Amino acid sequence: MDIHEYQAKEILNNHNIKTLRSILCRNPEDAYKAYQTLSSPVVAVKAQVHAGGRGKAGGVKIAKSADETKSIAGKMIGMTLVTAQTGKEGKIVRKVLIEEGAQIIKEYYLSLTIDRKTSSIAFVLSAEGGMEIEEVSKRTPEKILTVLINPSHGLKSFHALKMFLFFGIEKTLYGDFSDLISLLYDSFIKEDMSMLEINPLILTSTNTFIPLDAKIILDDNASMRHPYFNDFIDEDEEEPLEVKAKSVGLNYIKLDGNVGCMVNGAGLAMATMDTIKEFGATPANFLDVGGTADSKRVETAFNILLADKNVKGIFINIFGGIVKCDMVAEGVIAAAKNIGLKLPVVVRLEGTNAGTAAKLIEGSEMNFIVGKSLADGAKKISDIVNG
Amino acid sequence: MGILVNKNTNVLVQGITGREGSFHALKCIEYGTNIIAGVTPFKGKTLFNNSVPVYNTIAEAKKEHRIDATMIFVPAGFAASSIIEAIEAEIPLIVCITEGIPVIDMLNVKAALNCSKSTMIGPNCPGIITADECKIGIMPGFIHKKGRVGVLSRSGTLTYEAVNQLTKAGLGETTCIGIGGDPIIGSHFITFLKMFEDDPETKAIVMIGEIGGTAEEEASEFIKKNMKKPVIGFIAGKTAPAGKRMGHAGAIISGGVGTASEKLKAMEKNGVFIADNPSVIAETVKKASNL
Repeated sequence: MDIHEYQAKEILNNHNIKTLRSILCRNPEDAYKAYQTLSSPVVAVKAQVHAGGRGKAGGVKIAKSADETKSIAGKMIGMTLVTAQTGKEGKIVRKVLIEEGAQIIKEYYLSLTIDRKTSSIAFVLSAEGGMEIEEVSKRTPEKILTVLINPSHGLKSFHALKMFLFFGIEKTLYGDFSDLISLLYDSFIKEDMSMLEINPLILTSTNTFIPLDAKIILDDNASMRHPYFNDFIDEDEEEPLEVKAKSVGLNYIKLDGNVGCMVNGAGLAMATMDTIKEFGATPANFLDVGGTADSKRVETAFNILLADKNVKGIFINIFGGIVKCDMVAEGVIAAAKNIGLKLPVVVRLEGTNAGTAAKLIEGSEMNFIVGKSLADGAKKISDIVNG
Repeated sequence: MGILVNKNTNVLVQGITGREGSFHALKCIEYGTNIIAGVTPFKGKTLFNNSVPVYNTIAEAKKEHRIDATMIFVPAGFAASSIIEAIEAEIPLIVCITEGIPVIDMLNVKAALNCSKSTMIGPNCPGIITADECKIGIMPGFIHKKGRVGVLSRSGTLTYEAVNQLTKAGLGETTCIGIGGDPIIGSHFITFLKMFEDDPETKAIVMIGEIGGTAEEEASEFIKKNMKKPVIGFIAGKTAPAGKRMGHAGAIISGGVGTASEKLKAMEKNGVFIADNPSVIAETVKKASNL
C-alpha cells in the first residue's frame, strides 16, 4: 500500500532517522500558524498525494513568510495535481506538509527495494539526487550503483562502504553515513516495506544527512503484524469504486473502457481483459470474484460494475473447478433479476456441468447470451458494445 | 512418469485440520493421492478422516513415515515457519498453497531453500498434479488427463483454462505446476523446464506467464540455450495499467519493468511459440509440436 510523505517520515523518525521539522496542515490558517511555529525563514509547502513527480507539477513550493505560506497552501489545497505518476485525471490535494528549510550542499538518490530476480534487498543509488531514477537509468546507467543484500547475511559494513565510496563523500562523514544506511535497512525489514525511496537525500551545510523526501510502499500482506498500517490508509487517495469493492471483499481495479468484466482468478481476469481488447472493445475493469461465485457475491459484483457509468455491457467468465457451473449460473440469474439488470451480459461458464449451465442461461428470459469459449464470449460482448 | 510426483509419492499435509486444508486433503485423497499423514500443532495422536494420522510436528511424522512431499495450508502469518520446518526436515518437495505471505518472510525462506535438499512450489499457487496419478493442490482433478504436454503457470484458473483445452483436444498432460503469483516464489520456470526437457513422456511445454518481474525473460533465454522440446507461451496482462497490482501480489509493472510486451518480445526472440489469446493455447501446441 502507498502512504503519504508525512507518514513515511513518521516511520523513519520512529527508527531514529532524523528528518526536517514539519507540520501537516489541512487548511491555509493552519499553514500560517505552522510557519510561525517552525520559525524557519524559509519553508517548503508540499502537497500530500500518493504520487511522485510533485515538484515538477507545482506540488512543492517555497515560502518566505507566514502570509506567503498561507497563500500558497490556500491555492494548493483543493487543486488537482497532475504529475507524471497520477495519470491525466490527477489527484486532488487535501493536505499539505509545511517543512522547515535547510542549506543543501549536495543531493543524492537512494532507495531500497525487493529484487525479485535474486530474492534479495537492493539498495539503488545515484549521485543525481532529485532526478527520477527511471530517467537516470535510461540515459546514464553508469551513474547508478546497485548493492544487493543477501537477507540471510544481512547488511554488513562493507556494503555501506561501497555506497559511500560511490558517492565520493568526504571521509570524516563515513560514520554518520553508515549509521544512516543501517537504520534504513533495519526500518525496511522491521516495517515490512516493499519500497523505500529517498529522493533526494541531502547533505546539509552542517554536514548532516537528511531524507528531504521519503516515499514508502508497505507490504499489505504484513498488515497483521503492523496494526498501524490500517491507520495509514487514506481512502481519499484511492478510486472510490475500488474502496467500495475492497470493503465487500472484491478485488477490483477500475480502467477506462466500457466492457464490465467479472472473472474468477487473477490470471484469467487479466487474460479476459486482453482478449476483449483483441476483439476491438476495451475492458472497464479488472475484477476477480474469487472461488465462491454465489448469487450474493455476484450481486455485489454487479453493483460495483454498474456503478461505473461507462459500462455498456458485461462479460462474465467463470471457470468452475471446485464450484459447479450450474450453481454459478443460478447465482448469476438470481442476482441479475434481483437488481433488475438491463445491460446485455455475455456469460461464459466452463468446467463442471457447463452444459446444464448454458441451458439455464439461455432459458433465463434475461438479456443473456452464452459465450462458448473465452474468445467467443469476448467477441460477442465486443460486437455488442461496438454496435 | 511426468515430473516430481507420481502414484508412489507419499504426501504430508501441513495444516490438515483447517478449513481449506481438510477440504482439499479430502479432494486429493479422492483423486488417488497418497496422503499419508498430517501436521497440526496440538492435534497430535488424532486421526483425520478416520484414516490419516495427525502429528504435532513434521519431526514426529517423519519417525513413522517416508515423506516425499508436503502440501502447506497454514495461514499466511505462520506459513514461513511451516515452510522452514519442512526444509529442515529435508522434505524433497514442498508445495505451499497459502496466499498472502509477507515478502520479507519469503526472502528468508528463499535463503533457507538455497542451501537445502528441497524443491519448493508456490506460495500462492494451485499446486502440482501428474495426471491420473497424484494431485497435490487445489486444482479440479477431473479436467486433467494423462497425455504429452507439461504445463507451467503463474496463475490458477488460467491454467485450468489451458489444461481443459489440452484435454479436450486429445493432447492431455504429463505434469501441471502452478508456480505461484507472488513476487518471491520457491522456484521459477527454469527449474521445471529443465525437468520437462529430461522427461521422456513430455513432448511439449505450455508456459503461462503474466506481468511483473522478469521470470519469463530469463526462462526464454534458458529455452533458447537448453531446450529442444517446443515451448508454447502465453502472457496475461497486456491491458494492465502500470503500478497497479492485478490481483496477484507479483502481478505489477513497476518502474517500467515487467510489461507484457517486453516478455512477449523476449519469448518470441528466443523461439517460444506464442498463443495470442488463451482460447488458442491447445491449437498453438498442435501447430508447434506436430502432436
